[in-house]
Amino acid sequence: MEMDNFTFGITMLVAGMGGTLATLGLLSLMMAGLGKLFPYKEEGKED
Amino acid sequence: MMEAIIAGLGGLVIGFKLLFVNWQNLIMLGVGGVLLWLGIKKDCEPLLLVPIGFGCLLVNVPLSDVMLKDGFVRTIYDAGVDTELFPLLIFIGIGAMTDFGPVLAQPYTFLLGAAGQFGIFLTLILALYIGFPKLDAVSIGVIGACDGPTAIYVTSKYAPHLLGAVAVAAYSYMSLVPVIQPPIMRALTTDKEKKTVMKFTAKPVSKTTKLLFPIVITVVGGCIAPKGLPLLATIMLGNLMKESGVVARLTGAAENEIANVVTLFLGLCIGATMAGPAFIRAETLIVLGLGFLAIILDTVCGVLFGKVLYVMTGGKINPLIGAAGISAFPMAARVVQKVGSQYNKKSYLLMHAMGANAGGQIGSVIAAAVMLSVLAGMGVIR
Repeated sequence: MEMDNFTFGITMLVAGMGGTLATLGLLSLMMAGLGKLFPYKEEGKED
Repeated sequence: MMEAIIAGLGGLVIGFKLLFVNWQNLIMLGVGGVLLWLGIKKDCEPLLLVPIGFGCLLVNVPLSDVMLKDGFVRTIYDAGVDTELFPLLIFIGIGAMTDFGPVLAQPYTFLLGAAGQFGIFLTLILALYIGFPKLDAVSIGVIGACDGPTAIYVTSKYAPHLLGAVAVAAYSYMSLVPVIQPPIMRALTTDKEKKTVMKFTAKPVSKTTKLLFPIVITVVGGCIAPKGLPLLATIMLGNLMKESGVVARLTGAAENEIANVVTLFLGLCIGATMAGPAFIRAETLIVLGLGFLAIILDTVCGVLFGKVLYVMTGGKINPLIGAAGISAFPMAARVVQKVGSQYNKKSYLLMHAMGANAGGQIGSVIAAAVMLSVLAGMGVIR
């Protein structure tokens, strides 16, 4: 796909930064979910 | 016979003669000396700057053949840098050394780690505007990941001619985070924001969550950004080994012996890419300048994102912690704590900042992985 530098830069900003934010947002939700699914218990009672 | 003796003795001084003919080498010998001085006397990332400085000296000695075919540094370079193996091995060690507990205890800090990556993409645009080719611009932008191994991984693959400048910029600016960040943090926040006290209740994380974290990141992150899977997988492998607690010997080897040996070889190889004629160009200075700007932009965007969170939470989040959303771990978190406590002695931001900082570490790897996959999606790389 041939593209000029301006299009390339904007595409990288939107897709790259957007993708990074979306991926980390998704991972933060998944981690929050894991934290709820497997809450901390005292040693010896760990799930 | 006399002529033969003179010719033979002449061979001993030819190096000195060439030193003054090839002035670039002479300057780079000085640069190598400065890098060694920074590492040894100023304690700036000595583990990297000492071998880099020495590698720089080695390659700039006239008639040096260390980087020619079959030269000893070239052999190491081909085996570990050209194949991208060294940054990945270092990542296993980083994963084994890093406690992601703070970010798991406060998963929202992942987002601060994302905001801290804006510098990568803004710098990329700036590099394109200046006229760098696309893949060079990508490699320059990735200095903003504030993460040496990531910058080396991407640059060695897509712009190897910039490797020396990018690596030196990444590591030098990373060590300058305590100097670069505080003025920006002060300028962008109001006194009221700086004094915000964030409550911290130690929220322990279960072992199951800690064990699932590297697995989930590898699988989910790998599905989203397969081009960056090696980066993600190696840091997560190291972390899984650490958290599992059942492979203490492997964890110890990853964070000590392997990381140490690879750091030495990597530093030497990077220094050896700094041969005078190839390094002393306007392009190198521009790369160093853009790299500096990338770290500034990371900090600006991180703090601005912190301000957004401050407003959204009704003033419960101190925007200063946004500055910690970069990969310089745990240096950036310490900087946040230091600046925060200057304005409010009761403010204890360290644990929150550690979360953002660990988020920044994951964020920088995810950003690079996403960037590579977007490039592959556009057909710019295979």
